[in-house]
Amino acid sequence: MKFKRIVVLTLIAMLLSTLAVGCGNDAEPEGGAPADQSENIKVGWVYIGVPGDYGWTYAHNQGREYMEDEIPGVESIVLENVPEGADAERSFEQLAQEGCSIIFGTSFGYGDAMLAVAKKYPDIKFMHATGLETADNLGTYFGRIYQARYLSGMVAGAMTENNQLGYVAAFPIPEVVRGINAFTLGVLAVNPEATVKVVWTNTWFDPTKEKEAAKSLLETGCDVIAQHQDTAEPQVAAEEAGKYSIGYNNDMKEFAPNANLTSPIWNWGPFYVDTIKSVMDGSWTSEAYWGGLDEGIVDLAPISDKVPAEVVEQVEAKKQAMTDKEWDVFMGPIKAQDGSEKVAQGQVLTDAEMLSMDWFVAGVLGNL
Amino acid sequence: MDINAWTALLAATIVAGTPILFAAAGELLAERSGILNLGVEGMMLVGAALGFIVTVNTGNHWVGLLAALAGGGSMAAIHALVTVSLRGNQVVSGLALTIFGSGLSGFLGKNYQGIPMNYGFKSLDLPVLSDLPYLGAVFFRHDILVYFSVILALFMWYLLYKTKWGLAIRSVGENPQAADAVGIDVSRIRYLCTIAGGMLAGLGGAYISLVYAPTWQENMTAGRGWIAVALVIFALWNPTRAVLGAYLFGGVEALTFRLQTMGINLSSFFLAMFPYLVTILVLVVVTIRRRQDAGAPQALSVAYDREER
Repeated sequence: MKFKRIVVLTLIAMLLSTLAVGCGNDAEPEGGAPADQSENIKVGWVYIGVPGDYGWTYAHNQGREYMEDEIPGVESIVLENVPEGADAERSFEQLAQEGCSIIFGTSFGYGDAMLAVAKKYPDIKFMHATGLETADNLGTYFGRIYQARYLSGMVAGAMTENNQLGYVAAFPIPEVVRGINAFTLGVLAVNPEATVKVVWTNTWFDPTKEKEAAKSLLETGCDVIAQHQDTAEPQVAAEEAGKYSIGYNNDMKEFAPNANLTSPIWNWGPFYVDTIKSVMDGSWTSEAYWGGLDEGIVDLAPISDKVPAEVVEQVEAKKQAMTDKEWDVFMGPIKAQDGSEKVAQGQVLTDAEMLSMDWFVAGVLGNL
Repeated sequence: MDINAWTALLAATIVAGTPILFAAAGELLAERSGILNLGVEGMMLVGAALGFIVTVNTGNHWVGLLAALAGGGSMAAIHALVTVSLRGNQVVSGLALTIFGSGLSGFLGKNYQGIPMNYGFKSLDLPVLSDLPYLGAVFFRHDILVYFSVILALFMWYLLYKTKWGLAIRSVGENPQAADAVGIDVSRIRYLCTIAGGMLAGLGGAYISLVYAPTWQENMTAGRGWIAVALVIFALWNPTRAVLGAYLFGGVEALTFRLQTMGINLSSFFLAMFPYLVTILVLVVVTIRRRQDAGAPQALSVAYDREER
C-alpha cells in the first residue's frame, strides 16, 4: 500500500504545483524601450487585480499605457493580481531589485509592505494609491472622485421619473460614504424631492452579487442605478430592466448602451507622466497627492444624448466652478440624514473631515 | 411589501437556487455511490470559465454548455482516479481539486475577464402556465435550464429509488463488499457517479457565467460549491429534498439585498452564515432522532479494496 500512497501524494503535489504556476505573478516587461534612449529608466507597477477587470486596475493600466506613449524610453514592469499581505512585500522587493526608479502600488492594503520595502531601498521612490502613510521616499496618491460623482448625481437627478434612485455600494467605509453623499447632493441640487436608496454588497468585485443588488433596487421601483463597484453588472441589470444607470471607474457605456447616462471616471495617465518626469529630472518629493477635476485625474465620461441640453449645461457650469476652485461639493449648508445641520452655511469640510466621513446626508435611504 | 415585490423575490429565489441545485444534485449522486467530492467549488469554476470562453469564441451557448460539462467531468475524473483506483484520501483529493480548479479557471479565463456577453439563455415563458396570476411570474418565466434542473432532480430521485441502477448505486455507497459479492462493479459505478456529478457541477458553474451574471470573473462562484456540499447533508441525501433546500438557500441569497431595500438593518454577514447554520441545525435534529447515521451512505468517503475484508 505504501507505493499507492506515494502515487497519490505525488499526484496531489502535482495538482498543487500546477496551481502555483497558474496564479504565479507573471512579470511582464512591457513596452519596447529603444536601446539608444539616453533617459532609460524602469518603472514598476503592482496591481491588485488584472487589467481586464474593466474597473480599477483597467483604469490604472490605461494610465500606464498613456505614460508609455508620452515618455518614450521608459520601461514599465507590471506585476498583476498581487494579493495584499506577505506576497505584496515580495513583489515590491522584486521590482526594487530589478532596478526600478519608482514603484507604484495600486491598493490600500499594500501600505505595510510598501513602507517596509521603502525603508530598505532609500534611493527608490514609492507611490501608494489610496494610501495613508508617507515617508521620505514614499508618497501617496488618490483623486477627488467625489467631485465627478456629484456631477453624475446631477445627471441622475434630472433623468429620474419617480424620484427614486438606487446606489449599489461596496463597503461602508469613508471613501464609499463620501461618494454616496456627493452623488446624493448632486441629485438634490437638481431635484430636491428625490431619494437615494443604498444597498451594501460587502465586496468590491463580485458580478453576481452586484447584479442581484441592482435588481433588488430596480424591483423596489428605483429608475436610476448608480454604483461604487468594480464590474459593470449593475449597468447590465439596469439595461435589462429598461431603466437608467450611472457607471464608475471607466466609461461603461459599452456594457449598457441604452441605460448608461455617464460615469465618474479615473484618468491616471497625466499623473503618472508628471510623477515619472519629476523622478527623471530629480524634482520628486514625497507628498500626499489628492487631485481633483482641476488636475484632470478625475472626470465625467461623455454624457448620453438622452440627457437634455440644459442639464448638460448645468453640469458643465458646476464642473467649471469646481475646476476653478470657486465651489466644492461639501460646502455648507448640508443636512445629515436625521435632518440636523451637519455643515453650517459658509463652512467647508476639511480634507481630514472628508477622509473620515462616517455619516449620510439627508436624502440617503440606507444604514451605515 | 406588496404582492409584486413578493413575486419578484420568489422568482429571484428560484434563479439563485438553480446553480446550487445542479451542483448539489451532482454531489449527491457521487456521495450516494460512496465518493465524497469536496472539489465542487473547483469543478464549478472550471465549468463557469470553460462555458464562458467557449460561448464567446463559438457564439453558441449550447456548445459552451457542453464544454462546461466536459470540464467539470474531467476534473471529477481526476478525483475518481485518485480515490477509486488509487484509494487515496477523498477529503485531501477533493480539497486539492477545489484549489486546483480555482487556479486553473483563473489561468484559462485571464483574457476573458469583464468581456460583455450578449447572447445566452433567454427566458422561456411556458404557454398558459406563465399567464397564471403571480404563480406564472414566480415559476414559469425562467430560462430552460431552470426547468431542466427541477426535472433533473426528480429524475435522479426516480433513478435512485425506483430503478435497478439506483439500487446498485445506493448499495455501493452503503456496503461495497456486499455489492461486490452480488456481482456489481463497484469501481465502475463509483467512476460513473463521480464523473456525472462533476459534469453537473460544471453545469451549475456555467449557469452562473452564462445566465445568472453573463460574464467571467475570477472566483465568480463565490462559495456556492461549498453551499452545495452543505445542501447535500441538509437534504439527507435525497434529491427531492435538495430542490427545497436549494430554493431555501437561494432565497437567503435573494433576500440579502431585498431586506436592505426594505430598510431592515440585518447584517448581510448574518444572512451569509444562515445556510450553514440551518445545515448544522438539521444535522443535530436528525442525529438526535435517528441516533447516529443521519442518513449518510454508510461507506461514504471509505475507499473500497477487495483484498481488505
